[in-house]
Amino acid sequence: MTLMHDEPRVEVDAPVVQTMTMAAALNRALADAITEDPNVVIFGEDVGALGGVFRITDGLTERFGEERCFDTPLAESGIMGTAVGMAMNGMRPVVEMQFDAFALPAFEQVVSHVAKLGNRTKGALRMPLVIRIPFGGGIGGVEHHCDSSEAYYAHTPGLTVVSPSTPQDAYSLLRAAIASPDPVVFLEPKKLYWSKGEVDTSLTAELGTARIAREGTDVTVLTYGASVGTALEAAEIAAEEGRSVQVIDVRSLSPFDDATVTEAVRGTGRAIVVAEAPGYVSVASEIQARVFERCFEFLEAPVRRVTGFDTPYAPPKLEHWYLPDADRILDAIDSLHWDDEEADAS
Amino acid sequence: MTQHALHPADDLLPRDIPVQLIDPTGAPVTDEHFTRPDNDALLRAYRGLVEGRRINDQANALVRQGRLAVYPSSHGQEACQVAASQVLGDRDWLFPTYRDSVAVIARGVSPADTMTLLKGDWHSGYDSHEHRVAPQATPLATQLLHAVGFAQAAKHRGEDTVVLALCGDGATSEGDFHEAMNFAAVFHVPVVFFVQNNEFAISVPLSRQTAAPSLAHKAIGYGMPGQRVDGNDVAAVLAVLGEAVDRARAGGGPSLVEAHTYRMQAHTNADDDTRYREREEVQAWIARDPLTRLRTYLTAEGALDEETEAALAAGAEEIAAALRDALNADSELDPEDLFRYVSTTRSPQLTEQWEQLRGEIDRSIQPTGGH
Repeated sequence: MTLMHDEPRVEVDAPVVQTMTMAAALNRALADAITEDPNVVIFGEDVGALGGVFRITDGLTERFGEERCFDTPLAESGIMGTAVGMAMNGMRPVVEMQFDAFALPAFEQVVSHVAKLGNRTKGALRMPLVIRIPFGGGIGGVEHHCDSSEAYYAHTPGLTVVSPSTPQDAYSLLRAAIASPDPVVFLEPKKLYWSKGEVDTSLTAELGTARIAREGTDVTVLTYGASVGTALEAAEIAAEEGRSVQVIDVRSLSPFDDATVTEAVRGTGRAIVVAEAPGYVSVASEIQARVFERCFEFLEAPVRRVTGFDTPYAPPKLEHWYLPDADRILDAIDSLHWDDEEADAS
Repeated sequence: MTQHALHPADDLLPRDIPVQLIDPTGAPVTDEHFTRPDNDALLRAYRGLVEGRRINDQANALVRQGRLAVYPSSHGQEACQVAASQVLGDRDWLFPTYRDSVAVIARGVSPADTMTLLKGDWHSGYDSHEHRVAPQATPLATQLLHAVGFAQAAKHRGEDTVVLALCGDGATSEGDFHEAMNFAAVFHVPVVFFVQNNEFAISVPLSRQTAAPSLAHKAIGYGMPGQRVDGNDVAAVLAVLGEAVDRARAGGGPSLVEAHTYRMQAHTNADDDTRYREREEVQAWIARDPLTRLRTYLTAEGALDEETEAALAAGAEEIAAALRDALNADSELDPEDLFRYVSTTRSPQLTEQWEQLRGEIDRSIQPTGGH
């Protein structure tokens, strides 16, 4: 099958509104993108007949052919580097990195070329590619399968870094990522692949924007990925104790939605940041610093972080001690210099 | 992906002795397989060599004058560089490294635009699509994968574009070299890998890069043909590379060509090559110089006379003068460029940072004593 740049776009599958898992939402987003744009190709390790180790590419090769979704040799730098060349030549590659720590051999290609080629050439060579990385823990995976590498990518100018926490965002953000003229690192929380939610495929999401996951008036929890669910769980418990917790899913780690976050924290006067990654020199540190810089005079207490410990990711049987849970978030909330009247009043 | 037949192993092995069509004394060599290009093609190549040598000399001088931050010279390797450009058609693409400025210029990019990177004005100073030349790569071997992906995209669309990817002997030790060879062979894409083996990776000799019989022998491990060529014989490089390009265009898949040449000067002007090689070794390669060899041959053929030689020298001098003038001119630099090309849409954070810098610049250019 030969596909030209100027081949007319065709309609995507008819929009649906239905409950599905995040994995299904991602699969649907890929299928719709392939259908809509002849330049979209998907490749990586085991994405073909197997449909990916998490089945995110399930059925795509069967439906669209090997030209559009194919297995490569087992070589992450090769996957990333050839994606760069394809993007230079007018295609929109979507590559899968299988597990976050397995993406590290591709890191030079990501940092030196994916992120910089547009800049090096003053925009003459665009990099419209998406790097899908299953990220984070909470699935009982053995070592090198549960890392949170978002800080490496968010630290790199030129990369857009996003992570969905709902099936709706998984669909809408992945469509936006594939449509973006710039490279996007798309972090998929492994723990949430099988979580279900309603997806309306006609809805869009804008890269670079945060989402208010829960309204609240006493304290703002800023988080992303699988930790959004943990924060919502903590918010439920806090509500029973009389505290109104707002949860912001920052969703876009780079660029960062300062406007939404600043407005939210100024409204509540208290904030904590929650993430799985080690806290030292982390995205959580960055969010904390930005909130301090922009909201200092509105704050009733120091902005605190609840993160993974500064250790390598825990073995499966220890990860429940490593990962931030609702109790740890509640402890942090309790430490935010409350006075009784305020707690009672809320 | 298209299935392709496996090659018999014997078809993949390079020769024991690099292909040569004109020997170092300028005498023709008869080859059973490769045909020497005609005198017109060789004259065209000769002009490229003369201009390339002059550009190398000029660039070195511009470093000494502080007009270029650095220049990785290809003095002695001009035959490889000129041939790499000359074997490509208009729709083909070249993926060069930092040492391949002469190849980039031979492809039609102006010398001044080629030197933007080395002058420090910006990173890549030419339009890749206009000349079908990728930005010159500084990290080793990474661009080989880009070349493979580029060719994959061309094949996907049914275009007959061939991609020629350049690297040096040091790059063959990198993982990306291996991954690029392997991907290219598995996906059977129209890429020619051209290794300019100039014996040194900065200070480290070839013997510390590989224990293989030759770099071209690596090809068989990937299932593609490899060939060795005398890199200071432009006729042989044109013939061997030309065959590889033709094969790729005809759907014959990738191949690897190793040119045996020598880096006559230091790695860059910042390098002291007397610390790692003997002067005699360098001197010995002067006898194999690609320019004198071809000049002798073409003169004997009656294809080059003093008048033509003078005209070529004058043309090269004009190019050098234009390069000198361009680099002596003050650049107009726009500080907003720092923020303009990070991504297609400028983030609010970068807008804030640009406003900060603009404020600093505005304050710094206010007349002193004005308040």
